Amino acid sequence: MSSYSVTEPSGRQKLFAGTLVILYALITILPLLWIIGTSFKSPSDAIAYPPKTFFSPTLEGYVNLFTTRTRATEEDVKALGEPTTWYDRIVRKDGFVIAGPSRFMERFSNSMIIGFGSTVLCIVLGTAAAYAFSRFKVPLKDDLLFFILSTRMMPPIAVAIPIFLMFRSLGLNDTHLGMILLYTAVNLSLAVWLLKGFIDEIPIEYEEAALIDGYTRFQAFYKVVLPQAMTGIASTAIFCLIFAWNEYAFAVLLTSGTAQTAPPFIPTIIGVGGQDWPAVAAGATLFLVPVMIFTIVLRKHLLRGITFGAVRK
Amino acid sequence: MTHCYFKSVLGAGVATALLTLGATTSAQAEDLTLCWASWDPANALVALSKDFEAKSGHKMSFEFVPWPNFADRMLNELNSGGKLCDLMIGDSQWIGGAAENGQYVKLNDFFDKEGIKMSDFIPATVTGYAEWPKGTPNYWALPAFGDVVGWSYRKDWFSRPELQTEFKTKYGRDLTVPRTLAELKDIAGFFQDREIDGNKVYGAAIYTERGSEGITMGAMDVLYSYGFEYQNPAKPYELEGYVNSDKSVKGLEFYKELYNCCAPPGSSDAYMSENIDAYKSGQVALQMNFAFTWPGINADPKVGGDKSGYFANPAGPGGAQFAQLGGQGISVVAASDKQDAALEYIKWFAQPDIQAKWWQLGGYSALRAVVEDPGFAKSQPYAQTFLDSMAIVKDFWAEPSYASLLQASQKRFHNYVVAGQGTAKEALDGLVADWTEIFDDEGKY
Amino acid sequence: MLDSSIERAARATPPVVAKRIQGLSDRAIAWLFVAPSIFLLLAVNIFPLIWTIRLSFTNFRVNRPNAEVGFVGLKNYINILTDADIWQTMQATAHFLIWTIVLQVLIGFTLAYLINKKFRGNDMWTTIIVLPMMLSPAVVGNFWTFLYQPQIGLFNYAVGFLTGTDPSAFSMIGDVSLAPWAIVIVDTWMWTPFVMLICLAGLRSIPGSIYEAAECDRASKWRQFWTITIPMVLPFLMLAILFRGIENFKMFDLVVQLTGGGPGSTTELTSINLKREAFEKWRTGYASAYAVILFVTVFGLASIYVKALNKVKQR
Repeated sequence: MSSYSVTEPSGRQKLFAGTLVILYALITILPLLWIIGTSFKSPSDAIAYPPKTFFSPTLEGYVNLFTTRTRATEEDVKALGEPTTWYDRIVRKDGFVIAGPSRFMERFSNSMIIGFGSTVLCIVLGTAAAYAFSRFKVPLKDDLLFFILSTRMMPPIAVAIPIFLMFRSLGLNDTHLGMILLYTAVNLSLAVWLLKGFIDEIPIEYEEAALIDGYTRFQAFYKVVLPQAMTGIASTAIFCLIFAWNEYAFAVLLTSGTAQTAPPFIPTIIGVGGQDWPAVAAGATLFLVPVMIFTIVLRKHLLRGITFGAVRK
Repeated sequence: MTHCYFKSVLGAGVATALLTLGATTSAQAEDLTLCWASWDPANALVALSKDFEAKSGHKMSFEFVPWPNFADRMLNELNSGGKLCDLMIGDSQWIGGAAENGQYVKLNDFFDKEGIKMSDFIPATVTGYAEWPKGTPNYWALPAFGDVVGWSYRKDWFSRPELQTEFKTKYGRDLTVPRTLAELKDIAGFFQDREIDGNKVYGAAIYTERGSEGITMGAMDVLYSYGFEYQNPAKPYELEGYVNSDKSVKGLEFYKELYNCCAPPGSSDAYMSENIDAYKSGQVALQMNFAFTWPGINADPKVGGDKSGYFANPAGPGGAQFAQLGGQGISVVAASDKQDAALEYIKWFAQPDIQAKWWQLGGYSALRAVVEDPGFAKSQPYAQTFLDSMAIVKDFWAEPSYASLLQASQKRFHNYVVAGQGTAKEALDGLVADWTEIFDDEGKY
Repeated sequence: MLDSSIERAARATPPVVAKRIQGLSDRAIAWLFVAPSIFLLLAVNIFPLIWTIRLSFTNFRVNRPNAEVGFVGLKNYINILTDADIWQTMQATAHFLIWTIVLQVLIGFTLAYLINKKFRGNDMWTTIIVLPMMLSPAVVGNFWTFLYQPQIGLFNYAVGFLTGTDPSAFSMIGDVSLAPWAIVIVDTWMWTPFVMLICLAGLRSIPGSIYEAAECDRASKWRQFWTITIPMVLPFLMLAILFRGIENFKMFDLVVQLTGGGPGSTTELTSINLKREAFEKWRTGYASAYAVILFVTVFGLASIYVKALNKVKQR
């Protein structure tokens, strides 16, 4: 820093660049903060006009997200007695009683099962295939890059037509297994490509040494190559997970009651009458948390994943 | 001895318990899933169904989908032969397709066996929700929820003396519930951009939604009263001159004028929930919406109670008065493995006392015993309006090709009314062409 | 095609290595490792594609199980290509595609350029900027309908506040002339960080020594920018454009939640149109032909583009 360098920007340049970038960051983060803020508003504050920047926070949105409520006749309310929990009190305030849990937890856990299930499967299949491609010198280069891209070029709606028919005849409609297989297939091309890049970087000499020591090829693979490829596997896994986590088109067409994930569910959270914006915002916020953590933890590996590994370090 | 006595009493007790159990539950306790739209009445049905669970021993699960996705999701479910739903409270227009493709169970034998008579239900709901083909005694559903497009208005604003005076000087009549659509537009125009309690307010929230069925429901609600006909009453599927008659053109022009003059800004894609939001947040004086919204409005802390009133869809220029039918019947899904238990539910649901409780919880019962009860009209401020509205209903096509027919009208109406492309005549001529093509594909000509 | 390349690969494996293997042969391992992936890709990608092509010549409808399926030849294709409405959706898609790419490239590159000045805390701010693209597009689309509400929405309020106009004077998703921009704005908000990240990688890959050399040659900063920075970043930029192009050609979730294709059919992108045909009208045969046409279009455009990209890379 102290020594002069032509490539090192001057202090004034840095200030200028920093100001602009921070300005952009603040503007771009505003809608996100608004979503999080709305999740702590009461439904009437959320649709107040002009919009309210300052409001008294409430957990009503979260309560509404996790429960279904119903308007009760006065006798029913009396029969129930005084509300016993804080969330009961929030609901009763508006003349409602909690009828039961909402389906949000189910949808969220479906997202977990399908998201993680497809990620694990994808990594297992992808690592094996990537290893074979990497070590057995398949002529790859740009042609394969293009072939791999092409499997992702079809609009999901177009792919969904035959998948819908296929799943219907195999009984895979609205099942976790069906969605796991589908997401795995969609992610597999990305995974193979990324992982091949990571495995390529592991010197082949390590394995050869292991083979000389009497390891079989298979042992060499999981005792030598796998531990070395762990970082790569982790960052590939994140990208498979993010895709499966946020996917909407297949989910909305191929799942309904049993295996529906959260993205088709969150926009459909209806409160009393209108759309329950605080509950929608609460759902969006909770749904964002896992990927947000991943983003922050793995920001160094972000680039490689989003570009199909085309950009190298 | 004591020991022996105790044993026999216990034995008798267990036997009695088993007997009672056997009497109230069928052979096997099932886990039934009922599919419906996600809205206030559905929550009321959850509460109501607790009684069924207690009496039958079956467990009820529910799958509720919001309106904009409802048809999409549920028709997808029916077409994929899914087993998610055992009971379906499907929209009235699906009945043709569901009947012809064998997706619903035909209920005639069941009704006969259980002594359920369709004549006990409001006639419009039987035709609208249960029959296919229309006008024949073939029943595929039990009318479950009566619904119809009507209007709610801000009674408190209407009763302000200064506004009443101003309105009277401007229009030469009292500011009161409109009798005709023209009057309705005057009122909406009167409130548009007016400052009330420091807020700018607007005239009327109407249906303009593009994605599912919104704008069709709204425009048809007006078109019927203007003299729109779906087809030549004497010659089915003849559309030319009926769908695009001069009267229909006038009606569609009126709907566009109403949208242009008096809808709140940003209501270009509004359906039930958006209109409720606009009304409840105090933005509009009038709201077009299905009757299901009225219990919620009545109970609303901000606009409820005396602040709101309700009226049936006003008459058109020729004096004809119609309203768009909503509402649904409850059907048993043919793909379900639990049809017996599902039929049990319908049997339970059809009982008069359950229907009375249904109304109490905010569900619009279609049972005549409930709605013709002398106390009914006074039981809620909107009860009379509901009865008036149900007497003047018409419904959209319920053909198996209903989805395509609806897509065509959604597109034509939205293009003209909201996007402002072309004329009303062109829109309706286009609609005739689209519908003719669809019916032609179906081999109707 | 792939199968043979695996065999070739197995044969090409150095004999030195092959000799040392106990148990499974290399060839067997190659097969074992690759076969499940190939099988899954065939089952879920290739087989459905062939099925789609077959269906596209029929009048099959999923919702008419009892109707007879007839072969209709090229009728579906002819109907689609002569349908003015479909050309309109193609235009809407093109508008969306071009403007999102232009804006995202301009803003994304500028941001990357500025971040590359390595001011203090640039890492943290970069992470913040990246957050929108981690959201689920469907949820984003849904929530932006709320932000675009003329009375209660943040966007209108902010624009009104900055320009002094009445926030309820315009409706982003209700106005025919504004709606195409409404979807462009949201997509740009969400995906500019993506372009930015790739550009950043490009900028960071340029060795400082090149600038130092240019500095010695007394090249102006402006000249350095056009002769060093831009050409060096171009392959990365083109890659970003390729990815965004493909993604936005497929665009469905965000826009369907945001505008539902309205007002009228102003923002009805091809995917939304296709969904209506396939899953609302259930014209399965017709929709299959539509899907094939889309696939050929995107595959054709992309292969031309990739050729161009490879040329740029080789330079």
